[in-house]
Amino acid sequence: MAEFALPKNSKITGGKEWPKPAGATQTREFRVYRWNPDDGKNPSVDTYHIDTNDCGPMVLDGLIWIKNNIDPTLTFRRSCREGVCGSCAMNIDGQNTLACTRAMDEVDDGAIKVNPLPHQPVVKDLVPDLTNFYAQYASIEPWLKTTTPTPQKEWKQSHSDREKLDGLYECILCACCSTSCPSYWWNSDRFLGPAALLQATRWVKDSRDEATGERLDNLEDPFRLYRCHTIMNCAKACPKGLNPSEAIAELKMKMVERQV
Amino acid sequence: MSGSNSPKSVRTPLGRVRGLGSSHSGTSDFWRQRLTAVAMLLLMIPVIFIVMSVFRSNQAGVAQVLGSPIVAIVMLLFIVASIWHMKIGMQVVIEDYVHDEKIKLISIIGNNFFSAAVALASIYAILKLSSGV
Repeated sequence: MAEFALPKNSKITGGKEWPKPAGATQTREFRVYRWNPDDGKNPSVDTYHIDTNDCGPMVLDGLIWIKNNIDPTLTFRRSCREGVCGSCAMNIDGQNTLACTRAMDEVDDGAIKVNPLPHQPVVKDLVPDLTNFYAQYASIEPWLKTTTPTPQKEWKQSHSDREKLDGLYECILCACCSTSCPSYWWNSDRFLGPAALLQATRWVKDSRDEATGERLDNLEDPFRLYRCHTIMNCAKACPKGLNPSEAIAELKMKMVERQV
Repeated sequence: MSGSNSPKSVRTPLGRVRGLGSSHSGTSDFWRQRLTAVAMLLLMIPVIFIVMSVFRSNQAGVAQVLGSPIVAIVMLLFIVASIWHMKIGMQVVIEDYVHDEKIKLISIIGNNFFSAAVALASIYAILKLSSGV
């Protein structure tokens, strides 16, 4: 059956309250999920207070401030700090988003609760193991597939055909959508999830691609595609404002179109 | 499936994701679920009207109303659409939540048997009342 409770060793217990920074006039409270694979303990939620006058405005700035000034063991991924790389995807105040583009002011008053992306194995603290997610992306074969001999110059595409990829090509594979999807939580071993399916749509709709039918064949499956029940959490979570639900609906329509 | 997907498995992640491959099915069920939904939407008003009209009737009264071929056919169409829809919907729920392959198979068989039995019983009842046998 689907799991509705955390396994015993994943239940959150206690947590450390770190002292407020000395001399700070304005502080903001952070409650951050902590788990260390090496100490054999259950996960906990640590409480930190950051000096907002000494820190940038984004949640990621707060986490970096904690790492630099309070607790160097706090572990999280980050790279570009401007919403392009997708590394710092995490669950902030109950919503999957990028820590670098979510301002602390946008989070409701009170503590900023930071957890790793839901329903993924945790490597350490805020770092989820996305191996399965990346393998699902690889499984949709995200590259141009052609049989026609490669032209001397580029593969040509009209402006209107190029526009069909808008709203799809912008995906940064941060995994906010897939890990917000209940269907993905229950069936991530067989359901490809919104991110991989949005990427699949991007290649199915690419006018230069000659493997559209094979791509649809590969997706046509009660689990790979049809586990999507248009719950729309993906569209709500996407930090880039994309709509994976709509992309999946387009895939389903193409499936019907070639059959009816 | 969760066993083969455990992080300790030595199988490659891509091998696990590809698994047994695509079943090349699902579209028919997807399409029929929508088709039957539209059918039920259209049939709902006449069915409510028919059910209301026989609400306090005895068996003879119901038999009289169902004796009209149009009424009987509307009811039969509604039974076929709704039970087909119910069967597909229940199968989706089973596939979503039941992960043990054996229990899943038994549940799907049970769902098919139950739906077929309810459909045939309903159709038989309508035909019997309608023909007045």
